[in-house]
Amino acid sequence: MAHRKKPKLAVWKFSSCDGCQLSLLDCEDDLLAVADEVHISYFLEATRKIEKGPYDVSLVEGSVTTPHDIKRIKDVRKNSKILVSIGACATAGGIQALKNFAKVKDYIACVYAHPEYIDTLTTSTPISDHVTVDFELRGCPIDRGQLLEVLNATLNGRKPNIPNHSQCVECKRNGVVCRMVAAGTPCLGPVTQAGCGSLCPGRDRGCFGCFGPMETPNTASLAKHIGELGKDGRDVQRLFRNFNSGAEAFRKESESHG
Amino acid sequence: MADSRTIKVEALARVEGEGSLTVKVRDGKVKELHFGIFEPPRFFEAFLRGRDYTEVPDITARICGICPVAYLLGASQAMEDALGITVSKPIRDLRRLLYCGEWIESHALHVYMLHAPDFLGLADALELAKVDRTLVEKALRLKKIGNEILEVIGGRSIHPINLRVGGFYKTPPKAKIKALRDELKWAIDTSLATVKLVGGFSFPDIEQDYAFMALRREDEYAIHEGRLVTSRGLDMPVANFLDHIDEEHVEWSNALHGFAKDGSPHHVGPLARYSLNYDKLSDLAQGAAREAGLGRVERNPFKSIVVRAVELVQVCQDALALIEGYEEPDQPYVKAEVRAGIGHGCTEAPRGICYHRYRINDDGSVAEARIIPPTAQNQKVIELDLHKVVEANLDQSDETMKWRCEQAIRNYDPCISCATHFLKLTVDRG
Repeated sequence: MAHRKKPKLAVWKFSSCDGCQLSLLDCEDDLLAVADEVHISYFLEATRKIEKGPYDVSLVEGSVTTPHDIKRIKDVRKNSKILVSIGACATAGGIQALKNFAKVKDYIACVYAHPEYIDTLTTSTPISDHVTVDFELRGCPIDRGQLLEVLNATLNGRKPNIPNHSQCVECKRNGVVCRMVAAGTPCLGPVTQAGCGSLCPGRDRGCFGCFGPMETPNTASLAKHIGELGKDGRDVQRLFRNFNSGAEAFRKESESHG
Repeated sequence: MADSRTIKVEALARVEGEGSLTVKVRDGKVKELHFGIFEPPRFFEAFLRGRDYTEVPDITARICGICPVAYLLGASQAMEDALGITVSKPIRDLRRLLYCGEWIESHALHVYMLHAPDFLGLADALELAKVDRTLVEKALRLKKIGNEILEVIGGRSIHPINLRVGGFYKTPPKAKIKALRDELKWAIDTSLATVKLVGGFSFPDIEQDYAFMALRREDEYAIHEGRLVTSRGLDMPVANFLDHIDEEHVEWSNALHGFAKDGSPHHVGPLARYSLNYDKLSDLAQGAAREAGLGRVERNPFKSIVVRAVELVQVCQDALALIEGYEEPDQPYVKAEVRAGIGHGCTEAPRGICYHRYRINDDGSVAEARIIPPTAQNQKVIELDLHKVVEANLDQSDETMKWRCEQAIRNYDPCISCATHFLKLTVDRG
């Protein structure tokens, strides 16, 4: 077979915990095989080698929280044929998007003695708010299997096979007993995108929304049901205000409770 | 050539997060040196206010994708302290086994993939794989064993979902835990080979008079709980941490700089744990350390890679013993009555002690949160080390000095995401 030039892969970080890029290094069985197929041109968590773009595929972790981030993500976009944002920070603003609901000045004063040293935007926003994104991979953190599927699909020019139905569908397929029906446990499963493998319901815990809102979620109906389980408005608000509080459906629902 | 220069490392690689280094050299002396953390601030202490105490472990886990268990456990312990509950021994043991998993994953990642390439003059582990693919495959298998422990107990390796204040949502079945046994036996042998391998690297001759601080227990090599001890003779409960350590905000960093109030060079992490708790290491781990040329106390920061490998032996042995002894607990968690209170929690993250303090209101909401991660505490000693490294390498090119500085920073396996909060090195030689 003729040798084709290896596609160049870059991995970028914005405001985040590094967990989603670690997911790539956590593909222990496949990491060396992936490295045989792509040329890693920029991946600071793993290598000090830095190669200039353009890049064939850029994976972007993290959210935009500083004026410098906005400039940087535009440069990444300009230098990338395909840009995939990975994880709740990059696709919804992450846990740090909780500051979007507060006054940032109060936050800075709460953590830092010298607010004048801190250069930050008042919001934490997803990558797609600033540049065109070719695919958004959800999760806090992303799932390794889904990451490999996205890389494989992207490198082979096909659409990634990532479901956007609810967690409930996944639980039924996995034969996991419904926590909300069986135990009255509040669960975001009916409005959350599948992908984690029913982790929480499988361990007697309600889903807390790591994969963000599914396609067309009925959050109002779920919120009403959770209220009927005896939770107050503040509990419902907090449930929608976790790692994906910046995703539109969860943000809007959270704003009607409290 | 002018007798003064400025060296800048603008993007530090093989660390978790974004940092930079600026060095100004004048007349053969370091005039100014700043290790800065540019990871943008995420304000965890602020948005935790008003959250329910039950939510804090999962939220703080998002500070760090590399050591989420340090946060899950530290926050859970602090809440348990505030609520006045104590977990049962089986839950305590299961937590320790889970933490051994995170340690194996994190240490294997750092030793082989992030730090060893520096000693071999390679850019990364993929270059190492080109030289010795089998070695990298072994490293990945070792790392995977850590992740498997995390997955079996925690549900997933990054941000496990099965931990809660008081214990676990659901404890794993015995058969699944016992199935980890054979891989752990292999992991002990591989860790011993790792000590031998990294012990053979060459190390710059630098010794520092650090003031070590680590957790200590009489019955085990402390990783997930204990009393705080220092090389200057302190021995105190975790609750007294803030009596001795504080933080300051400096202009060149978004991570608060931790410091000892008595002005001593406060140092946390592998060298501190090893030097303070050598007597608690297993015979096998002690023997491996001696063969690799480590002293009973180790003050050369570049030898932290050897200490991490010795700790790998220890935690793999500990994990195996915990697996052998595992019985499913009667109750997955201890129930708590909500009450107002203040609680402290502290564990040894793979890179050093991670301290948590919370004040909770009588409805269970968080009134105040304070978290002091290990990298924030080590920033000052990292700068101290860098002074020596720069002065010892003044005759080198900027590129060589830059790499040596990066290596010195990586001695600490700094988790910059944690501390704020990659390395930009700027050397100004005038």
